[in-house]
Amino acid sequence: MSDQRLGANFINRQSFIELDARERATALFDAGTSRELVGPFDRVESPWLEMQGVTPQEDDGCVVMKGKIAGKAAVVIALEGAFQGGSLGEVSGEKMTAAIDLACADNEKGIPTSAVILVETGGVRLQEANLGLAATAELMASMLALRKHAPVICLTAGTVGAFGGMALAVGLASYIAMTREARLGMNGPEVIEQENGLDEFDSSDHALIWAIDGGEQRYATGLVDALVDDDTPQVVKVIRRFVSKGVPPVHRSSEVALYRSRIEALDASRQWDPKELRALWTTNQVEEEKR
Amino acid sequence: MEHIELNYPAKRKVSKKAHTGVVGSGDLEVLLEPAPDNIAKVSIRTSVDGFSKAWKAVLDRFFSKYDGAVRIQINDAGATPGNVQLRLAQAVEVSEQ
Amino acid sequence: MSEFTGVRGTVWFRGLTGQASSMPGDPKSVLTADAPLGKDQARFLCVVPDPHARFPCARHGEVGLEEGYTLATRVREVSEQDKNTTKRPIIAIVDVKSQAYGRREETAGIFLACAAAADAYGSARLKGHPVITFVVGHALSGAFLTHGYQANRILALDDDGVMIHAMHKAAAARVTRRSVEELEKLAKTIAPMSYDVRDYAKLGLLYKLLHVSNPEKPTQQEIRKVQGELIAAIEDARSSSVDLRNRLESKGALETRKASILVRSRLEAQWREG
Repeated sequence: MSDQRLGANFINRQSFIELDARERATALFDAGTSRELVGPFDRVESPWLEMQGVTPQEDDGCVVMKGKIAGKAAVVIALEGAFQGGSLGEVSGEKMTAAIDLACADNEKGIPTSAVILVETGGVRLQEANLGLAATAELMASMLALRKHAPVICLTAGTVGAFGGMALAVGLASYIAMTREARLGMNGPEVIEQENGLDEFDSSDHALIWAIDGGEQRYATGLVDALVDDDTPQVVKVIRRFVSKGVPPVHRSSEVALYRSRIEALDASRQWDPKELRALWTTNQVEEEKR
Repeated sequence: MEHIELNYPAKRKVSKKAHTGVVGSGDLEVLLEPAPDNIAKVSIRTSVDGFSKAWKAVLDRFFSKYDGAVRIQINDAGATPGNVQLRLAQAVEVSEQ
Repeated sequence: MSEFTGVRGTVWFRGLTGQASSMPGDPKSVLTADAPLGKDQARFLCVVPDPHARFPCARHGEVGLEEGYTLATRVREVSEQDKNTTKRPIIAIVDVKSQAYGRREETAGIFLACAAAADAYGSARLKGHPVITFVVGHALSGAFLTHGYQANRILALDDDGVMIHAMHKAAAARVTRRSVEELEKLAKTIAPMSYDVRDYAKLGLLYKLLHVSNPEKPTQQEIRKVQGELIAAIEDARSSSVDLRNRLESKGALETRKASILVRSRLEAQWREG
């Protein structure tokens, strides 16, 4: 990539990461086709936060919007990473699940409807613990039902990324897109360091974190389907492409024999340079999504 | 957690509701809605206690220039006065588009 | 209170199936057996500690890479075999410490290994297999999402050694910047935060709470009682829909998940509007 082209691209970029959840969701839709459901003025907030001295947000950190993407009916669910780290509580969790269920019901009525989930989360909101965990399980169940009919697309752009139980939900998606800045992993570096020590994971080593969880690595090992610049038009293009593609013939989470054999082939007696897995696992070249 | 209620006289009808902000650390969300009467009522819910004087000062200043008949709800997680002013101004802008 | 011992899984697996081993070629941490349960031949699965596991961070009852893909394999096997015949029950016996916390795990995509197992369980349920979970010890976080939480019906032992939660107390206290004592105090009045399975039962997610005298040494009579309850759960699952709506329609949910019910009905109403 030439410096000249990089410079021009960079200057003209419209950062997707700098948008809040509502702006991100709105950006994905065909102009003028979207409306928000159960927004802040519905005031369905968490019943559990105020009693713990935490100020609730009226949409509970989850935006649901309905409209058209590339001319097709779609629902977009966006988690607000700036509110409680995007963590899943009772209300935000149920908003996600109910939206997926409604999309599924529309499909069954003959209205093909895709779902896009913009994931910025550290996982379950500990102030709501078991309701957040149950919501994650219920969301996963609903995604499994919807993805038979229409694609469920997950995008994590950063800065929070996708961690915790929600990373499993992302694993069930029909298509996953990430920016380079984003991270996807089940357990965050701090948790690993706390549980198994500094040698296992030095959570202050940012290079290590992105080498393992970062978008480029996930894409280069075939664990996600697209690596996209932090540029809103590029993000929209990728999402539209996946909506248009429809349901994939096989979902990644169903390719058990393939992934099981890959794990069996790993030498578990040592740590690996994450780059070793790139060669082993995929023929993808690391490329920007330009199309 | 503190709840602060403030009232101000209002003159002008407002037609459009507006929402701005995020309840992130050091930030707040503002919900602004038209009111049916000539009173502007502000309800503040904040997780940082002990600043009711500062809140009154900021809102007094805001309403010295704004005369809309509104209900304003604020959910706050420790925003600075500057940030509060910003979010209020953003909300007004949206409501007058 | 409720330290993880890792013995209950094997105890109950053996009690309910008469077997306690992994299938040939599988890691020793995943017990799989087909055994009679009422009129059915059910598949039982359990994750147990394996001190000689290949992955160092998955030796003490954690759900790691191998466990995720092995569970997925053994559940999908049932689905495949029953494609054109009666859908056999799948019984997850759960006593799992946590997911595996390791650099190798993250590098190799443990999020996908766990998703694969959840996919297998959930997809089997959608095909009509009654999936029943029996929590006999710990059911934590990602481990429970992977092994157990996709079930039609969840049963648990009513016992201090049973803990269903999103994060261990010490870690949860650290992350939320409270002391463990403060956390325990909050948990007393905030049902979803509680570490007590009797409070968990109030959330309406459990089908039944079962009492036995000593969970680590069940009597023959108690095992037969549990089998009876599992059979009843299977029948209940077979006679209702394959989704998880029962969790939100339960008596407990009507009490403790009012906000969930409200947001769902609001969303439904507004979905149709435009």
